[in-house]
Amino acid sequence: MKAPRFAYARPATLEGALALLAAHGEEARVLAGGQSLVAMLNLRVAAPRVLVDINRVPGLGEVALGESCVRIGALARHAELERSELVARHLPLLARAVRHIAHPAIRNRGTFGGSCALADPAAELPACALALGAKLVLRGARGERRVAAGEFFRGLYETALEAGELLVAAEFPLPGPASASAFGELARRHGDYALVGLAAYAQRDGPALRDVRLAFFGVADRPVLAARAAAVLEGRRVDEATLARAVAALDLEPRGDLHASAATRRRLAGVLLERVVKELAQ
Amino acid sequence: MSGELDFEGPASYVGRSVSRPNARRLAEGRGQYVDDIVLPRMLHVAFVRSPHAHARILSIDTSRAERMPGVRRVATGADIARICKPYVGVLTHLAGMRSPPQHPLALEVARWQGEPVVAVAAESRAEAEDACEAVEIAWQELPAALDAERALEPGATVIHAEFGDNLCFRRVVDTGGVDEAFAGAAAVVEDTLSFGRHTGVTLEPRSMLADYNAAEESLTAYHSGQSPHMMQAILASRLGLDEHRVRIVCRDVGGSFGIKIHIYGDEMAACALSIMLRRPVKFVADRHESFLSDIHARDHRVRARLAADREGNVLALEIDDLTGVGPYSMYPRSSAVECNQVLGLTGGPYRHKRYRATGTVVFQNKNPMSQYRAVGHPIATAVAEHMIDRAARALALDPADMRRRNLIPDDAYPCQSPSGMRFEQLSHHACLEKLVALMDYPRLRAGQAALRAQGVHRGIGLASFIEVTNPSPMFYGVGGARIAAQDGCTMRLDASGAIIAATGVTEQGQGTETMIAQIAATVLGVQMSCVKVLTGDTDKVPYGGGTWASRAAGIGGEAVLQAGLALKKNILEVGARILKTDAGSLDIADGRVVKRGTSEGLSLTELARIVYYRGNELPADFQPELVVTRHYRVKDYPFVFTNGAQGCLAEIDPETGFVRVLKMWCVDDCGRVINPKLVEEQIRGGIVQGLGGALTEHCRYDERGQLLNCTMADYLVPMAGEMPDIEVAHIQTPTRTSLLGAKGAGEAGTGGAPGALMNAVNDALAAFGARVTSQPITPDVVLAALGKI
Ligand SMILES: Cc1cc2nc3c(=O)[nH]c(=O)nc-3n(C[C@H](O)[C@H](O)[C@H](O)COP(=O)(O)OP(=O)(O)OC[C@H]3O[C@@H](n4cnc5c(N)ncnc54)[C@H](O)[C@@H]3O)c2cc1C
Repeated sequence: MKAPRFAYARPATLEGALALLAAHGEEARVLAGGQSLVAMLNLRVAAPRVLVDINRVPGLGEVALGESCVRIGALARHAELERSELVARHLPLLARAVRHIAHPAIRNRGTFGGSCALADPAAELPACALALGAKLVLRGARGERRVAAGEFFRGLYETALEAGELLVAAEFPLPGPASASAFGELARRHGDYALVGLAAYAQRDGPALRDVRLAFFGVADRPVLAARAAAVLEGRRVDEATLARAVAALDLEPRGDLHASAATRRRLAGVLLERVVKELAQ
Repeated sequence: MSGELDFEGPASYVGRSVSRPNARRLAEGRGQYVDDIVLPRMLHVAFVRSPHAHARILSIDTSRAERMPGVRRVATGADIARICKPYVGVLTHLAGMRSPPQHPLALEVARWQGEPVVAVAAESRAEAEDACEAVEIAWQELPAALDAERALEPGATVIHAEFGDNLCFRRVVDTGGVDEAFAGAAAVVEDTLSFGRHTGVTLEPRSMLADYNAAEESLTAYHSGQSPHMMQAILASRLGLDEHRVRIVCRDVGGSFGIKIHIYGDEMAACALSIMLRRPVKFVADRHESFLSDIHARDHRVRARLAADREGNVLALEIDDLTGVGPYSMYPRSSAVECNQVLGLTGGPYRHKRYRATGTVVFQNKNPMSQYRAVGHPIATAVAEHMIDRAARALALDPADMRRRNLIPDDAYPCQSPSGMRFEQLSHHACLEKLVALMDYPRLRAGQAALRAQGVHRGIGLASFIEVTNPSPMFYGVGGARIAAQDGCTMRLDASGAIIAATGVTEQGQGTETMIAQIAATVLGVQMSCVKVLTGDTDKVPYGGGTWASRAAGIGGEAVLQAGLALKKNILEVGARILKTDAGSLDIADGRVVKRGTSEGLSLTELARIVYYRGNELPADFQPELVVTRHYRVKDYPFVFTNGAQGCLAEIDPETGFVRVLKMWCVDDCGRVINPKLVEEQIRGGIVQGLGGALTEHCRYDERGQLLNCTMADYLVPMAGEMPDIEVAHIQTPTRTSLLGAKGAGEAGTGGAPGALMNAVNDALAAFGARVTSQPITPDVVLAALGKI
């Protein structure tokens, strides 16, 4: 488990990083926290010619409050999101989710951008981005573009990032006063990728929920919105009968793997839906 | 002489939770594991391993690999076979057992995914791995025999054509009268239980640094292992070297759990390459290849039946154990011992007289399976304890009462189990009563009922167990394996007055050296800080077996005690000459030779100074001997059994199938407890390993024989966060087979925990009329039992 040879560059500016990525195209790989990439190198499942280490690029790690959004820089470490008051106040969903990622040592290095760019289908942060309707900000040699989370995650480890592009930040719309969020995941061991997880968001309207967004993870090749179940909940008060109908409306088709069969995952998704939505309504 | 041993007095280190002298060195990063050792001109070896479960090697082209940067040698199975003779993993006392000769690297056919096929030695491990990718092998995939259940069916792929079928070993134990007992029973319960494969996952992977010296035809092997003299004998005989010119050095060893007592082709190939290249060659398994090549364990399917009368007396027990062990029986301890132990141990704590057990060991195209911590015990205990609970439920008896009724009475010893195991003195009832008191069992039961009403589903599980420790030559030696059952200690008083104790047993992180120092210091009456312990070097320690089968304290410790007594006698004789009195009136206290009951005398430092430098002050006709060696082996029994009882409180989530272990308790009787803290940590660590196998750890193969989880992300070892508090208590019944009276404690935790846990889960599931019968107990298993998926 030794990585094959690679060249290593550590640009000090965003322009420098983008120039390297443009020059090396598919042969380059961005190195952020390295918590996934270094393992992939050692297991020889990734063998890039050039590693472009973005850790010295200034400004990429900022978490900032804008007029209509919270902007989370790609290099913001999981541990920073965990500690950030700004995140706790405006994006409590993220603050909760991030504690389920791995262990403190990994959270000290792993980054928000790395999690999104890697696009592990069982990862917490992509699901949060989806639930909260975040936009991902991509920068390439030709300029900047914004991609909604729903379009960014394209499949198993697949995103809208093109060769030469860097994920620089995500913009989360500022939730209103009636916004609510809840989070749950089921993992055999704390810190493992979830068997099934759910990041949920809604607007409270009296006893009813509106704008319900249920972002499941670990049940498909990417985080997915359970739209039919959300439609059942939409505008209704959350009671046992509604929940049961929402569970019945879940149209997820998880695949079985080493850790749980498809049937177990389907069942767990239903259990999570009930538990998380109850919390959402409280 | 035993009268002189005062283990209860204030000066005794034995019985005290002394902290480990070597802990600081390890904590400060000054440990020396094999990978820390760097020799001049050292090469690194990496292996091309079979990508198939079963495949013929049509051709191997190494030419491109040989030209890669840093590569010094690319060796095929045939190249290595010219240096290293094959080996056969059978023990002659396991009648009828068979396994074919095995070579370090596959020759014509690879028989499991991960079997080493080609070795590449290069200047760095990375270069060796690069070159591995350039080795071209043409394979012809063969049908694989994977499922143990079908290995003996007609038409099954036969892995070794010369045997005609895939049978490795079969044994039947039958006391007679079993069918009659079942026919007349008030309650008969039966089940088929299955136990998945798991493995040891040592923190330090298997490692071998072989340094062949052509000038003296000698080999020094720095090895991460637990049985240096066994390795010495095997390396010498397989590599054609003089045994005394093979030196095995085991410095710090980062865990072994039985993983490192076997012969592995990659380690043998590293030694052969060192001979071929006349250079040091290092092999350190990476985590990926550890999963593919470290022995796996368990993998049993057991059919069990138990008969009881109306009062709950067990009348008879019957089991049929089937286990798949991979394509070869591991050398030199074989892969049949686990099944043999299951037959020998199942139901061993109980009084019944009728027992029938069939064990079948079959070959299959998976990684070899062999001895891992608590060999056979978790299976034997889980099966019997499951059946005891089933019978208790059938008869509406409390599980604790069921055990009270059936455990062998504490005053019935010595006695023998229906399978022929001889017990010197056990304490099942004392352990059980202490356990239920510790658990506050009645309160737990009441709490369980109350919580159930609130929708919280908890279960309480009990497991009584026996543990094989302190093995005599009847374990391996009798079967022709060159594995010492005896062990020795050479102890000396140095010129500074320090005591140096060299022992044949080894330290793998469990505290052996501490335990040895405690015994030596106590017997000699010196401060523990004056004692230095040497282990793990065949050039420096007396011939011994090493550390396995929970033998280090019981056997190695007794050799230390005997050496200490002998050295003390010699010291007192010197003291008598110097103090001009008779030796009988002297003793050693706090590092001084004193007249009994007084402080009058001289220090050991002074005595040593006179002996080593000023012998002229001693009588001319007297020659002091301040180096002694003593050995010890268990003579009166094949094994010295220990026993204990474990309790488990677990909570199930019936919606998700998740199991949370809330608390574990263990009362263990390992005879004299030398160091309570070390024993308790052995029990705790053992319990965690047992829970791992019972809950999360599982080597999963697909239908083509590919191991699917070769990383720590996919193979789930238990983590501290999920592990419960583990309360440990002791009953002490010292064995009379030694003066020390210590039995082993290394495997009790692992042996008992899976059974206790499964009983707790089933106790919780009983409210739903459900039960689980397979381990690991995953959400899939629990939800299926509940009929929810
Ligand atoms: C033991 C363990 C357990 C874990 N458990 C979890 C878990 O439960 N949940 C979870 O979500 N994650 C988990 N992780 C993964 C962890 O969160 C990683 O840190 C994260 O997925 C990747 O972030 P990173 O900064 O380390 O990225 P890196 O490893 O540096 O990179 C990952 C990938 O993203 C690319 N990349 C990184 N940053 C950018 C960027 N700004 N623009 C474009 N591409 C980029 C890299 O090129 C690479 O392909 C675990 C990791 C470990 C080691």
